[in-house]
Amino acid sequence: MVESGAAQPLLDMQGIGKTFGRGPATLQGLSLSLGRGEFLSLLGPSGCGKTTALRLIAGLIAPTEGRIRWAEPKPRLSFVFQSPTLMPWATVERNVWLPLRLAGRSLAAARGEIAAALRLVGLEAAARAYPRELSDGMKMRVSIARAILTRPDLILMDEPFAALDEITRFRLNEDLLAIRAATGCTVIFVTHSVFESVFLSNRICVMAARPGRVAAEIPVPAPYPRGDAFRGAPDYAALCQRVSGTLRQAMGEAA
Amino acid sequence: MTDPAPLVLAPPDAEERRRRRAGRFERIGRWAFPLAVVLLLLAAWDRIVVWNDIPPYVLPSPRLVIGTLATDWPVLLPALLVTLQITLLALLAAVLGGVGLAVLFTQSRLAEMSFYPYAVILQVTPLVAIAPLIFIYVGSKLAALLLCAWIVAFFPVLSNTTLGLRSADHNLQDLFRIYGATRWQRLRYLQAPAALPYFLGGLRIAGGLSLIGAVVAEYVAGTGGTGSGLAFRILEASYRLNIPRMFAALLLIALTGVAIYGALNLLSYMLLRKWHESAVRRER
Ligand SMILES: Nc1ncnc2c1ncn2[C@@H]1O[C@H](COP(=O)(O)OP(=O)(O)OP(=O)(O)O)[C@@H](O)[C@H]1O
Ligand SMILES: [Mg+2]
Repeated sequence: MVESGAAQPLLDMQGIGKTFGRGPATLQGLSLSLGRGEFLSLLGPSGCGKTTALRLIAGLIAPTEGRIRWAEPKPRLSFVFQSPTLMPWATVERNVWLPLRLAGRSLAAARGEIAAALRLVGLEAAARAYPRELSDGMKMRVSIARAILTRPDLILMDEPFAALDEITRFRLNEDLLAIRAATGCTVIFVTHSVFESVFLSNRICVMAARPGRVAAEIPVPAPYPRGDAFRGAPDYAALCQRVSGTLRQAMGEAA
Repeated sequence: MTDPAPLVLAPPDAEERRRRRAGRFERIGRWAFPLAVVLLLLAAWDRIVVWNDIPPYVLPSPRLVIGTLATDWPVLLPALLVTLQITLLALLAAVLGGVGLAVLFTQSRLAEMSFYPYAVILQVTPLVAIAPLIFIYVGSKLAALLLCAWIVAFFPVLSNTTLGLRSADHNLQDLFRIYGATRWQRLRYLQAPAALPYFLGGLRIAGGLSLIGAVVAEYVAGTGGTGSGLAFRILEASYRLNIPRMFAALLLIALTGVAIYGALNLLSYMLLRKWHESAVRRER
């Protein structure tokens, strides 16, 4: 079902290094390849350079070593931050409109797409609300609606649910998989939750710190769609245990 | 369905009642207390004048001041209009100049490095020290007055707006970059709305300062004629020991200041009430 990265990787980065100023290397020898349609998780302890890796991929900062190779034509990106990052002065609808507005589309012309995106995250009723009137989980959904509005080829997500309670997080995880099934987009998902990474992704890159690099790659062979039943399955528990072990090992190496 | 009903319909408890009382106190007190203080002071002033037989050329009673305001209205109204005109034009110029420079400074580092120090120098030099020179070199009196008031008023707009334009959320800035926003789009859709609350804060300060600037400049100019404002009327009345008129003109200036402040506050509230923390009313 999922193409392996070998055939035509959407993104290929080998031996990437990033050093801020004169400090020690934040990333060194980071290698990562991503196939079309994959759901890849970057899992690692705080400060290991996950956000930095994502910002490199998004082109917001440049690597000091190595190059990032993209498939042709270059996939269109969107980004979901750890915080909802909405414009407080704009309604939900106008926040979601942003990517199309920047592409020169009027609100009237974009209404159909905006409504569709809001429906996918289950917020069509909140279109005229202001961000401050929403709960944190709803704000995060708006942020996701904005990210899927243009049907990007690749969505980069930086711990989008880290600040939410576990119940909300589980539900949003399931919604995220449904959205991905509906849009067919490729995702790189940063998290430091083992459970989240196993539930969501078909491949997990475990990162080690100082310098940040990919310490191990673990495939998650379970098929989609995955529901709450998957969380109770024995192979889910086994995978979580294996990923935890690998993560501990990667952290031990760094210390 | 029947069970929770008594809970909902139950009379407000002591805590709730106390909070409502506090809310009412706050709402009414905001008007009632300042008003009471003013009335009390006016009464005291009036009694002191009457009981001590103070002549009006030393201290006029409040009643006389109000009376003078009415009788001298034909002189004071044109003066008020002149002062108001200069104040509002200066405020407008301060907004245009302040916002224009702020946009320029945030768009071009070179412009900021070159001109910002001069903006600071203009700000820190006392107006009364520069004004005489301005009146020598600028031919038109109106233009000179405007320039003086502008010098005092534009800096808060400039510095606040500059700060605001720079304060847009960093992640949002990154998002704009990812979606390939142009400079103009970034300014219009991100930086300008983010700067609005800061700008309005600067505007409120500038409103008061432009009135001060207009009045001080007129004192320095010190010339009369048909187009002279309230400050000149005060000066003129002081030469003639017309103390009641001095008080009446002073009262008009103070009321003008309060009106400008109130209007700008209202404007700020109207523009921000939908989204900004300073203006939204929180549901409790
Ligand atoms: N702009 C920067 N300037 C200097 N150092 C930076 C910068 N950005 C990140 N770093 C450093 O790089 C390291 C990794 O940061 P990064 O934000 O990528 O970690 P992370 O894995 O995302 O952590 P977390 O899980 O806490 O978000 C940190 O030690 C940080 O100090
Ligand atoms: Mg991070």
